[in-house]
Amino acid sequence: MAGIEVTALHKRYPDGTVAVEQVDLSIGHGELFVMLGPSGCGKTTTLRAIAGLERQTTGDIRIGDTLVNDLPPAERDIAMVFQFYALYPHLKTRDNLAFPLRAEGLPKSEVLKRVDEAARLMRLGPLMDRRPRQLSGGEQQRVALARALVRRPRAFLMDEPLTNLDAELRADMRTEIKHLQGELGATMVYVTHDQVEAMSLGHRIAILNKGRVEQIGTPLEVYDRPASLFCAAFIGSPPMNLIEVEVADGALRAQGGLALTPPPGLSRDCHLVAGVRPEALEVTAPGAERSVPARVVSAEWLGDEIIYVVDHGGQHDVRVRMPPTVRFAADAQVGLRHTGGTPVVYDVSTEELVA
Amino acid sequence: MAVSVDEAVSTGPARDRTPPVRRRSGRGRSVLEVALLTVLAVVMLFPVLWMIETSIKENRDVYAVPAEFIGFTVTMEHFKDVFVGPDGGRSALSVAFLNSVLVAGASTVLATLLGVPAAWAYSRFAVKAKKDQLFFILSTRFMPPVVVVIPIFLMYRQVGLIDSKLGLILIYAAYNLPFTIWMMKGFVDEVPAEYEDAAMLDGYTRLQAFRRYTLPLLVPGIAATAVFALIFSWNEFVFAIFLTSSDSVRTAPPAIAGLIGGTTTDWGLVAAASVVFALPVLVFAYLVRKHLIAGVTLGAVRR
Repeated sequence: MAGIEVTALHKRYPDGTVAVEQVDLSIGHGELFVMLGPSGCGKTTTLRAIAGLERQTTGDIRIGDTLVNDLPPAERDIAMVFQFYALYPHLKTRDNLAFPLRAEGLPKSEVLKRVDEAARLMRLGPLMDRRPRQLSGGEQQRVALARALVRRPRAFLMDEPLTNLDAELRADMRTEIKHLQGELGATMVYVTHDQVEAMSLGHRIAILNKGRVEQIGTPLEVYDRPASLFCAAFIGSPPMNLIEVEVADGALRAQGGLALTPPPGLSRDCHLVAGVRPEALEVTAPGAERSVPARVVSAEWLGDEIIYVVDHGGQHDVRVRMPPTVRFAADAQVGLRHTGGTPVVYDVSTEELVA
Repeated sequence: MAVSVDEAVSTGPARDRTPPVRRRSGRGRSVLEVALLTVLAVVMLFPVLWMIETSIKENRDVYAVPAEFIGFTVTMEHFKDVFVGPDGGRSALSVAFLNSVLVAGASTVLATLLGVPAAWAYSRFAVKAKKDQLFFILSTRFMPPVVVVIPIFLMYRQVGLIDSKLGLILIYAAYNLPFTIWMMKGFVDEVPAEYEDAAMLDGYTRLQAFRRYTLPLLVPGIAATAVFALIFSWNEFVFAIFLTSSDSVRTAPPAIAGLIGGTTTDWGLVAAASVVFALPVLVFAYLVRKHLIAGVTLGAVRR
């Protein structure tokens, strides 16, 4: 296993489209690193550049201590798992697994040993003599993972491997991948557009947007302190409420009267937006202590929680996450109270975190 | 196990019991269908039938008035004349057939060898102005061949390709290439690029990955495309009649056309030559009919 260093990566296609503007990543040895972003953000291109399937226009990629810019994919000693599995349709599971090893020219006994080992690890026993066509989506993906394993590569690259599976299977496979990664201590770069996958799998997450890295951090850091307005709006379901505020009388004051505790070190003259998670707000009976008057616009009953959309006289309605026991009808007059600590604050002109 | 046995037992009688109700209306419809289709088939196939009949009639029966549909003397003389010349040696027509086989085969192979890799490249790589290039390639097929036959004649005379089989092979390959590229690109698009990516990570070069993984999956597509190209080259008449003149180079279509005219026309020979000419393509198309349908319906089903 080895770490991966990506420095000043830039990828521009011959037709002029820029897929990756500038990406710098430092992925540690044995780390499960997730690249998260909307489609077209450059995450897959970055991954394919690491794999050697795309040649970057400029920038360096190192795997371990080796500069791999000019190495073909085969010589980079990495394995990749694809969204569409890419199992060879004419080969049985057993041969699909053995294939990369035979390509390397390993002795027969070693091939057998490694295939058995990977099959045991991914519990493929009964599937070994079937062809991909005879396997379900989840089974195919397990075979694809096993095929990546047999190589004992220096790093694993995963390109949205769970996107084509149904929700239940996806949750199972997520657990399986996380467990596997921990057991092998493998360096793994995982690309997804699903934030739940990113949050639950990643040791660290890189959020990409328009070919640039917006933020790199642990799932908690990314959730608690999104580095930019883009991250704030991207992470969380429902996402953070972004409330325009002004600094006045030692507080952040929004239109409609909502007041928030200001973080230290704010400059006065910029145009600010406070990011408040839906769980840091509370819908109360009208006139409750420290609450501002508000009106329930709509309520989503999700069973284990209720998401209220509340009009508090500000420019945008805010979303509030409440336990299912607290019930208000739509159009009810209520109070809105901030219960969280200091909110994160962004400068509207730079779209970046100021405090 | 028990369940499947039960099913096997119960479906047998059920199949006998229920369908007759449905079949009655179905039978009425199918009688009408068969009748209509038969009429249509007779009308459509009459020229073909007449050609086959003429090819096995003696010459006086060919000109008989009223025409004889049945009861004429069957002769194979005309077919013998197709292959054997008046001097007992090889006939000019048989040489023309051999030329046709050679020209159609070689031009199809050439167009496929060039077109398949080109289609793969257009499908897989980001090429500058890809759409414009593909449109340009297709646009060469917009006009009928007869429009360009005179410039090509002049060029061929300059470079010495006039009245040569190589000249015909080249022009047919050039004419089939756009079609091959477009049709094959559709087939390549259907094969996920990930197979090649995976093979490259497994230690193959890009070309090896193409040859070992994509190419085998493309075989049905290549067969369909090649058949279309072959049929075009086999049937082509305009270039052949303008660009060739000697009997040793001429392909079958102009050679058969050359039988008509002069003082008398041996219609029996024309018909026999036409039958011989039509057979290979018919047999071949029948053999690869599944692939042909795959080619025709390409892209009709979205995944």
